[in-house]
Amino acid sequence: MKILLEHIDKPGIQSIDGYIKNGGYRSVEKALKQLSPDQLVEEVKTSGLRGRGGAGFPTGMKWSFLDKKSDKPKYLVCNADESEPGTFKDRYLMEHIPHLLIEGMIVSSFALTAKTSYIYVRGEMMYIIRILEKAIAEAYAKGYLGKNILGSGYDLDLYVQAGGGAYICGEETALLESLEGKRGNPRNKPPFPAVWGLYGCPTVVNNVETIAAVPWIVNNGGAAYAGIGIGKSTGTKLISACGNINKPGVYEIELGLPVEEFIYSETYCGGIANGRELKAVVAGGSSVPILPKNLILKTANQDARLMSYESLSDGGFISGTMLGSGGFIVFDDQSCIVRNLWNFTRFYHHESCGQCSPCREGTGWMEKVLHRIEHGHGKLTDIDLLVDVAKKIEGKTICPLGEAAAWPVASAIRHFRDEFEAHVRNPESCNARHLHFETAMSH
Amino acid sequence: MPFTSERLKQFEEIKKRYPEGRHKSALLPILHLVQEDHGWLPVAAMDEVAEVLDIKPIEVYEVATFYTMFHVKPVGKYVLEICRTGPCCLVGAENIIQYLKEKLNIEEGETTKDGLFTLKPVECLASCGTGPVLQIGPDYKYHEHLTIEKIDSLIDELRSKG
Amino acid sequence: MENLLKVTIDGKSIEVPPGTTILQAARQLGGNYPPAMCYYSSLKDTGGKCRVCLVKVAQTSETNPRPMPKLVASCLTRVEQGMVVENQSSPEVLEARNGVVEFLLINHPLDCPVCDQAGECDLQNLSYEHGTEGTRYEEQRREFNKIDIGPYVQLHMTRCILCYRCVYAAEQLTDSRVHGVLNRGDVSEISTYIQNAIDKDFSGNIIDVCPVGALTDKTYRFKQRVWFSKPFNAHRSCAKCSGQTIAWMKGDAIIRITARKNAFGEVEDFICNECRFEHKQLSDWTIEGPRDMGEDSVISANKYELPVISPAVNVDAKFVSE
Repeated sequence: MKILLEHIDKPGIQSIDGYIKNGGYRSVEKALKQLSPDQLVEEVKTSGLRGRGGAGFPTGMKWSFLDKKSDKPKYLVCNADESEPGTFKDRYLMEHIPHLLIEGMIVSSFALTAKTSYIYVRGEMMYIIRILEKAIAEAYAKGYLGKNILGSGYDLDLYVQAGGGAYICGEETALLESLEGKRGNPRNKPPFPAVWGLYGCPTVVNNVETIAAVPWIVNNGGAAYAGIGIGKSTGTKLISACGNINKPGVYEIELGLPVEEFIYSETYCGGIANGRELKAVVAGGSSVPILPKNLILKTANQDARLMSYESLSDGGFISGTMLGSGGFIVFDDQSCIVRNLWNFTRFYHHESCGQCSPCREGTGWMEKVLHRIEHGHGKLTDIDLLVDVAKKIEGKTICPLGEAAAWPVASAIRHFRDEFEAHVRNPESCNARHLHFETAMSH
Repeated sequence: MPFTSERLKQFEEIKKRYPEGRHKSALLPILHLVQEDHGWLPVAAMDEVAEVLDIKPIEVYEVATFYTMFHVKPVGKYVLEICRTGPCCLVGAENIIQYLKEKLNIEEGETTKDGLFTLKPVECLASCGTGPVLQIGPDYKYHEHLTIEKIDSLIDELRSKG
Repeated sequence: MENLLKVTIDGKSIEVPPGTTILQAARQLGGNYPPAMCYYSSLKDTGGKCRVCLVKVAQTSETNPRPMPKLVASCLTRVEQGMVVENQSSPEVLEARNGVVEFLLINHPLDCPVCDQAGECDLQNLSYEHGTEGTRYEEQRREFNKIDIGPYVQLHMTRCILCYRCVYAAEQLTDSRVHGVLNRGDVSEISTYIQNAIDKDFSGNIIDVCPVGALTDKTYRFKQRVWFSKPFNAHRSCAKCSGQTIAWMKGDAIIRITARKNAFGEVEDFICNECRFEHKQLSDWTIEGPRDMGEDSVISANKYELPVISPAVNVDAKFVSE
């Protein structure tokens, strides 16, 4: 079942003509001419669509929180700041089928009564910005954007905004700060953007993939979307698969697909690369807990683990993880958990905005301790120190970057403590390939 | 270093994207253009941006130093922004970074003596399935599935362009 | 008063107007209210950053008896009807606070013996309450060079805890802010970026709002440990500010002028640079009398002797008669 990528291989799909030929922009006609904004919100609620950026919050509910009674302008801002390590689905979608996002933005803006909307794209994706700007110009030329769209009386202007290089701007309030031309410092919440968002106006911030699902929901009805997937994990999800697998790439799966099938089937990852064995998976982008082979394939109760919000989080953080952004990072048996964790903590240290003390100081502390362990200067007490520092960051920060930095540390030590101890006791013993660096060099 | 009239016109176009009184929103897009012109962001240029947007110079510095894409010190003609984050490392990014250091005879963050290359490891570029990856401004084209052979030919090509 | 909201903090209740934050309510209650290193009631938009004021909301409100899922910043969280808050009474809060204090200290130089702020330093007080004797931090500490930012203020960035108060103070009290927070993460720094003097009028207040010794008064540098000087309420007629200050004296000499702070250590009446930096003669001021620094202050360890100073003509008659 494909919803987002159904037409991705059709010739000319990047251009508006090719897109329309394949049924594109039908939802704009339907929404603006046949439905009211509130009906659209209800339809999205019915669909059970959940935020695809990582948090998985029900989109319809987020939309219904928007303070529509306010006399201020309303804004829809699309979060295309895709920066979560392991995640590259939004980039893929915007590159290959940009009009799907534009169509989704028009319909969603109408549902939210927004007259101006922005797509905030991370600055590194400058070529994507060009693609979107071209697509937007085409949409204006065809009358899907601008004044009195399709004679409906609805006006909408849509702009693309470039970021400047900051993971934290994927956090919705940091994104809004950045869009206001400021440093990407997340805001304290409440107030939430639905009440106090862009320029202090009611605002909804949605991920690219979330917005891109809306046209299908409008065309086929929320109930039809809710019929896809499993339980409260309705619809399809783009999974970015990477790491030590035979077929890295972006796959659209129906939620509920068994993890084992996703990893080993030729339709998806095609198994572990170079004939090696699976060791661990980070299933939802670098922020979510890592799980060893036994727990990613099966839950603690020995049920098959499924690609769904509920199944992946089954067992809480003791034995489960999260679907997150769908950034699926696969580790083979020669990869080093300690080195990878050091790498991830360096990432969060580098990306902390520095505004609040636990994250600013704690992320650097964890990185430095892990650097020592990885480079042969660790102590056994460092392992518990890491767990404690992670605990003192988690839940104490302004934004979820604190958790994002703490969870990988806590989970890697929970599931692979022996590997950390081995690194402390005898750093040379790590047989991961990075220690055979010289021989690996091919020149 | 006054901006060209073409640039100034562009700045005014960008400002129109935002509501009245919210022109500071144009800061990041404008800084990208200024960096395209200079290769980096000299203080004098940032001060002029402040004037264009009617904000304080410190507001520009605060932003320019927050975001990693902006170079607040002179850099080489080609800044090799290579991903060093976990997923790329699983497929050999560390080898590629090491190879680049040896090939260019510079450390991370340094610029070659001829002023041509700066090596700047960066965090995840959302190319995890096509890593290792690097990109080079001002168009930030992605060079994916990097191998030592690809690096050799890329560096050769850039050197011959000068 | 209509619609007062009842909030219970550590078992004690108080009724406050809507819009009151937990911290404000706790301060009104007195006792062990949460500490604050970044929030500053007289500076708009401060707060939420340092995280030392985190408290547990055990009951959100009368109608929503559920606890809030995470600890919240008491300086920004508004009271709701029937809210129940745990501050000192919650081990979770104390553990979190101790953790934050540890975070604030890992990169702090702990150079109190040579820091002018010692004795009136919020971080010193906080670590006395919530810190440990040793440190678990073995890594290299962050260091910055000392910078003179203009004729009056020295910036010792290594001591800074990035509370942002001085940024808001410069934004809100002076006619043009020339410094801010640059870079990001744990290499963020307070800076003018270019060698720019912070010398706009009223800029001296950044010294008073700084909770640590990151911004110190160059005209007072190494003059005296604060607890060896004696604070007196003093005033002069000033066209720019109220002229209501504290004159810090050593013998007959005024060695420092600061603004007056309330019981929560906050300046309520910001003073101009002229009063602060350029009037150090006794004859410039009318001395009102000893300043009560509160029992807890190390500065109160001093004994005042009468007559305080000469010439007595400058001493407020009311004070002499008392």
